[in-house]
Amino acid sequence: MSWIEADSGAAVTLSVNGTRHDLKLDARVTLLDALREHLQLTGTKKGCDHGQCGACTVLVDGRRINSCLSLAVMHQADEITTIEGLGTAHKLHPLQAAFVAKDGFQCGYCTSGQICSAIGMLGEWRKGWPSHLGDHAGAASAIDAAEIRERMSGNLCRCAAYPRIVEAIEHYAIHEGADT
Amino acid sequence: MMDASVKMDAPFEHSLLDESPMPTIGREIARIDGPRKVSGAARYAAEHFPEEVLHGVLLRAPVGCGRISLVDATAALAMPGVLAVIRDERMIRNAGDFGGDAAPVQGVEEVAYFGQPIGLVVADSLERARAASLCVRVSFESQPGVFDMMAARDSALPPTDDIFGLFLIHTEQGDVERAAGEAQALVDTVWETPSQNHAAMEPHASVAIWKEGRLTLHGSYQSPVVTRDQLATVMGLPPSQIRVLSPFVGGGFGGKLGVMPEAVAAAIAAQQLGRPVKVVMTRQQVFETTGRRPMTRQRIRLGANSDGRLTLVQHETITDQLEGEVFFEPAGLATHLLYAGENRVVDHKVVRTNKQLAVSMRAPGEAVGLLTLECAMDELAEALSLDPIELRLRNEPKSHPEMDMPFSSRALVDCLRQGAARFGWERRNTSPGQMRDGDWLVGHGVAAAARGNLFGPSRVRATIQGDGRVVVETEMTDIGTGTYTILAQIAADLLGVPLKQVEVRLGDTDDPRSAGSGGSWGATTSGSALYAACAELRARLAAAAGACVDAVTLTDGILTAPGISRPITELVGNGLSVEGATEPGESNRRFNQTSYGAHFCEVRVNAVTGEVRVSRWTSVFAAGRILNLQTAISQAIGGVVFGIGGALTEELVHDPRTGKIVNRDLGEYHVPAHADIPAIDIQFLEERDLVANPLHAKGVGELGVCGAGAAIANAVYNATGVRVRQFPITLDKLLPGLPAIAE
Amino acid sequence: MIAFDYIRPADETAALQAATERPGARFIAGGTNLLDLMKLGIERPRHLVDIGALDLREVTETPGGGLRIGALVTNAALAAHPLVRQRYPVLSQAILAGASGQLRNKATTAGNLLQRTRCYFFYDPASPCNKREPGAGCSAIGGFNRIMAILGTSAHCIASHPSDMAVAMRVLDARVETRLPDGQTGSHTLEALYRLPGETPHVDHRLAPGELITAVVLPPPPARQQSYRKVRDRASYAFALVSVAAVVSVEEERITEAALAFGGVGPMPWRNREAEALLVGQAPSAALFERCADVVLAEANGHGGNDFKVPLLRRTLVSCLTKLTGAEP
Repeated sequence: MSWIEADSGAAVTLSVNGTRHDLKLDARVTLLDALREHLQLTGTKKGCDHGQCGACTVLVDGRRINSCLSLAVMHQADEITTIEGLGTAHKLHPLQAAFVAKDGFQCGYCTSGQICSAIGMLGEWRKGWPSHLGDHAGAASAIDAAEIRERMSGNLCRCAAYPRIVEAIEHYAIHEGADT
Repeated sequence: MMDASVKMDAPFEHSLLDESPMPTIGREIARIDGPRKVSGAARYAAEHFPEEVLHGVLLRAPVGCGRISLVDATAALAMPGVLAVIRDERMIRNAGDFGGDAAPVQGVEEVAYFGQPIGLVVADSLERARAASLCVRVSFESQPGVFDMMAARDSALPPTDDIFGLFLIHTEQGDVERAAGEAQALVDTVWETPSQNHAAMEPHASVAIWKEGRLTLHGSYQSPVVTRDQLATVMGLPPSQIRVLSPFVGGGFGGKLGVMPEAVAAAIAAQQLGRPVKVVMTRQQVFETTGRRPMTRQRIRLGANSDGRLTLVQHETITDQLEGEVFFEPAGLATHLLYAGENRVVDHKVVRTNKQLAVSMRAPGEAVGLLTLECAMDELAEALSLDPIELRLRNEPKSHPEMDMPFSSRALVDCLRQGAARFGWERRNTSPGQMRDGDWLVGHGVAAAARGNLFGPSRVRATIQGDGRVVVETEMTDIGTGTYTILAQIAADLLGVPLKQVEVRLGDTDDPRSAGSGGSWGATTSGSALYAACAELRARLAAAAGACVDAVTLTDGILTAPGISRPITELVGNGLSVEGATEPGESNRRFNQTSYGAHFCEVRVNAVTGEVRVSRWTSVFAAGRILNLQTAISQAIGGVVFGIGGALTEELVHDPRTGKIVNRDLGEYHVPAHADIPAIDIQFLEERDLVANPLHAKGVGELGVCGAGAAIANAVYNATGVRVRQFPITLDKLLPGLPAIAE
Repeated sequence: MIAFDYIRPADETAALQAATERPGARFIAGGTNLLDLMKLGIERPRHLVDIGALDLREVTETPGGGLRIGALVTNAALAAHPLVRQRYPVLSQAILAGASGQLRNKATTAGNLLQRTRCYFFYDPASPCNKREPGAGCSAIGGFNRIMAILGTSAHCIASHPSDMAVAMRVLDARVETRLPDGQTGSHTLEALYRLPGETPHVDHRLAPGELITAVVLPPPPARQQSYRKVRDRASYAFALVSVAAVVSVEEERITEAALAFGGVGPMPWRNREAEALLVGQAPSAALFERCADVVLAEANGHGGNDFKVPLLRRTLVSCLTKLTGAEP
């Protein structure tokens, strides 16, 4: 264990969407900037860079986080999943397809974050994690719109596709999300 | 070259859209760009990576009025990887705005508002540029400025420019004082609306690349061509030497109309350093250096006789703007035409302040003007003991109440009636403050919506390729509005090809010039130009087939006419390409063209704390032909939610001591979050506006926000009995009027 | 972000040693607040010791019947922990009222306690701020101060503490356990951990340089009614304007125990023992709760834009106590 000196290029290994990447990074590079600027995985968006919008949401070992408020160098032992790892334009993940079908977006800039966040959020629901609304989550019960709204509130959408995002997530959770 | 044009000099009686055998227009069609957006494959401005690209970070003025005396970049320049600290007099002080190729105010010395850009730090990585920007020392000479519009409102003067005649500065008719004296019911109220930020999710960003003397700029712009033209003026280049590309734009709302500081800075830096430069605004910079909806103080005086007919309509607005800038918030726009009434004054004045540039933001004018007018109407209804819908019905004008012109189409009455039925208005709470559910006071509100339908010149190139696929190209943008999809639908319907055979290419200034996205006119202008192009293509196909164009049917790639059936691939050779155009004409002068609607909502106000929650919503709109029901509903929802934010949470706060924007991030500038928004019920009435354009459609994008906030404010009053006239209606303003806790 | 050296030690000893090696080093855990501030140039640490690999992610029962929460337990994991939900619901509720799902997955227990104020002027290097730059002046006094504190402020700083979790921790009498660079262990109540601004608002807490929080320890659960009520501008994802954490027992129509803590109103999660004592032994009533609020707010001072917090806190407190005790409103 040794120090990475300031403003030096450190060897950093990231595992993203199942692929290992060996990079040389300034320790200041956030996970978000590593994805966007260094791996050119630009599906993950920078909306505020301060954890106040959710556009940069990715899954780290299955858990949703704001990639803007984390350093890339902190994630060398983690498996990172971005929107590109869920599905492609030609082979959409069922939740991505639900967003298209329900028109759960307009400009599209918050969308990757909404989708990654929803995947993480549904995992939390299935594990029975409570929310501000109460303590009734669990694998056995279907998530409702009010719970989706509360649990997705860390993802802003200025186009305000909110009602349709909720519909898309609800649709996916009911029809396809049993074991994803 | 332009091959076919539609000029709106007369009503367009027959639209080919009504003759399509298998129409996609009017249906709920999923966005054709959807798969790219939901998979992260759509590339936005900052997502380009030319070789050797450098990163720039803008510097900000730490003073609200004065001049920069010294910028000490010694420490910054000594940092590793830092290439330059650029302060160039061509850099722009103010953001650009709509229309025209004039350069925005330039310069990096004089400071007119806190946070204005005064330079650019460039380094070989974002991390290094950002760190260096923190190490630049800026000295300044402070000068007294005007930072508080309310305190300075006596200095308000009429605006100097009526913005192409679209913003009427002052109109009056009759005798308002006499009418006020004679009115049986009079409401005389003063309202305040705060500054707001567009807060599009994608921050402004530009990547500038010089190659062989030509500048290519990947930018996030609603009107790439306006950006190009303004940038050309700023840089002293012919427009043809610049190409701006904005195929995907992460929201605009009026905040990305003209050229912005980051584009100019990137272009200058790339020119100077001989390498591509990327400049992405931080969220804080978006708040401080782009544009804002200005604050307003509005006086509304309404008078009516005892049967509820308006005799007096008076709407006087004071707003603020930087010295020398022409835009002003035309809050009285809808007041001119929404209701009848003999005696009228609509007036606007501007206070010159040292605050960030005021620009258009979604429904400039109506968004804040109807917020207040429709609240005042609610107050008048109460003063008259009339149902607020009935008051509006009694004041429905037959023609424009101030000008001798008919309405091209107007379905406000139907919107109110159908919305009332849909919402269950007859079951509303009728006694303010009297409906309670546990801790929550429940109230209901209604308000009318109206938004002027604008029209402008636009061009589109449509090509039927040799293989039968269709390509549509225009500089027009899709900022989330659905342009890609509706243009594909129009081409598919008019040329008789399946939707997936149509490719739409947008946001490239090398393609035919459009009207851009703004003013709710993007769909109708670009759609009409495409209509013209497709009509010309139909004529050429018919000619090639030896058929009379009026007898031709195009479907599934086959042209049929009596005795003729030919695949279009046989008729186009190696490809057939035409350019269509559209322009406004006599119809735009002879008719008032406006979209209408009505909002109904239920709110719950916590009787203990004053927290407001919107619990139920219905809006009914009439906006001519709806081109794509799915994207139109999304636009309407988006507008309504803008209205909810404006009514309840959004306030861009300026420090009255410096003009500085205090809450310059998304943590403290509260756009609505998921939990704030219930299901939103939207209905569009069947309507055709033959005067508007060949599509018979009117604008949709801004209509939703118009009046939405007033429905909430009226519902809050209905729930609590407290009328708040300073927006947003935050809980602190309700607390004094809430019931005692022990009740 | 000013450049920093970075190290990710594998255990506590190595972390403490790293912090000693390079004076001025800061520990970073979730990073959700520190990186936020570093990007703006408000925090400028030259050395970061990433404690993410330390084994501090357990929640265990203490011999005395309490709970020991590892410093790195995420907010999300803590709020979802069965023992927390069962025995300390006020803590679970408070955490879930804060931030967003994403932030709670990253933010840690210790980091949450040490997060810095959200004062607008603290957050802008171009505004004078005594907390950021001692002696520079306070822009919030005489400026827009809607979110600022009404209790415990000074003439130098009126910033409020933003945490929800810490309010619940305070009402539960949590203590933090620490390790010092010399290997010794330390322990602080939250009351002792936090400082009032006084003339030195730039010092938020009393941890020594290099002192590492290793755990937060909760005493045995109060077998009482617990609730956390947060009032904010958005329905979710907004900091508290005011919040009330309340733990109350009622037996035979008398209040037998009461603990109250308040968020959004003070420079630290606020508590007032006198107000709690006033409730004990009394029959719940609106009049009693109003008197309790009188005591809590006796020294409250609005600064113009936040005057509303005085009646808001009163009303929220009275309403919470009414609900918890089942008193007739």
